[in-house]
Amino acid sequence: MILELLNLAWIFFKIGLFTFGGGYAMIPLMESELVSRNLIDLNTLYDFIGIAESTPGPIAINMATFIGNEAMVQYGFLARILGSIVMTTAVALPSFIVILLIASLGSKFLESKFVEEAFKGLKPTVIGLIISVSVGLMIRLVFPLIAFDTLTFDFSVFNYQSLIIFAVLIAIMLKWKKVSPIKLILISAVLGMIIYSIL
Amino acid sequence: MNKPHHLFELFWEFFKIGAVTFGGGLAMMPIMRKAVVEHKNWVNDDDILKILVISESTPGVFAVNAATFIGYKIGGFMGALAATLGVIIPSLITISIISFFILQFKELTLVSYAFYGIQVAVGLLIFKAAIKLSKKIHFDAFAWIVLISSILFATFTNINVLYLLLVGAILGIVYGMIENIKEVKKA
Repeated sequence: MILELLNLAWIFFKIGLFTFGGGYAMIPLMESELVSRNLIDLNTLYDFIGIAESTPGPIAINMATFIGNEAMVQYGFLARILGSIVMTTAVALPSFIVILLIASLGSKFLESKFVEEAFKGLKPTVIGLIISVSVGLMIRLVFPLIAFDTLTFDFSVFNYQSLIIFAVLIAIMLKWKKVSPIKLILISAVLGMIIYSIL
Repeated sequence: MNKPHHLFELFWEFFKIGAVTFGGGLAMMPIMRKAVVEHKNWVNDDDILKILVISESTPGVFAVNAATFIGYKIGGFMGALAATLGVIIPSLITISIISFFILQFKELTLVSYAFYGIQVAVGLLIFKAAIKLSKKIHFDAFAWIVLISSILFATFTNINVLYLLLVGAILGIVYGMIENIKEVKKA
């Protein structure tokens, strides 16, 4: 159990260290680090993101708490609490250390050309990664058997229900540009219950 | 500038911020500013601006970055620790409670239907976040090439995302060097 905990903590430390541009940047990292190692399945990951979005607090912290709890599920109550605390600490630690260094030593090195140039390459990479996971997710919701990474283009299962939900949500997002994520998630939950119940 | 009477006061202020902000990150900033600049007068707007700029060019969880920086300004290392714990602990409590019930809830058919819908919203929200982020960068040929390669590699291969990020950073530095050499030659 300890080994599992440390292993997972190391992954969350890396996620914390490589997250740029807000909580969303960590989603591609989570897919690649957690799902590909079978630590969590893809559906559970996106269910969690939905909950993390609609509960208070930073998304990154919410996700770490969630997955820390979930990963220790077979070891009982205390282990689950411990898992949450360890993962949350692990994901926050890189930020804490880096900012502490900057706050105490000054931000001179941030003004170096090196950092600025590295970010010129990092920013479009991060955006590309986020686009890739979101489009991947959206296509998978409509055609669950498609897998781009193995070049499997299987259209035999078609969830038209998801397509209807997409249409309604996009219409809402276009009409009310400022609709908050929480409201959108609540609406989508209701839509899911209605549409999957009747169709 | 005032000082908190006690570390707990600092912790509590950030605890309240963590407990009421949805979506985290930048959504937290106006609330944090109001608390530590307007109400408590612990730091000034200059510090708020500074942490925004620093967060642009450092990795990490934005809320933690901000809490650590402001906490340090107010009370040194212990201040940083108190503020960071404050901003994290509400999540830890709320999400822990939800975690213990979610598995039972998800067994219910109607709840699983709700999550089918929620995933659709999540997909759209993540996509929207990418679009919002892309407005913050200047798209020259280099940025376009990196963006498109990143999409293609992330979608059609199983390469670890960390490597893609590393390559992105290196490409940025190499591109910067080439630009520098060009400028030197021109001069």
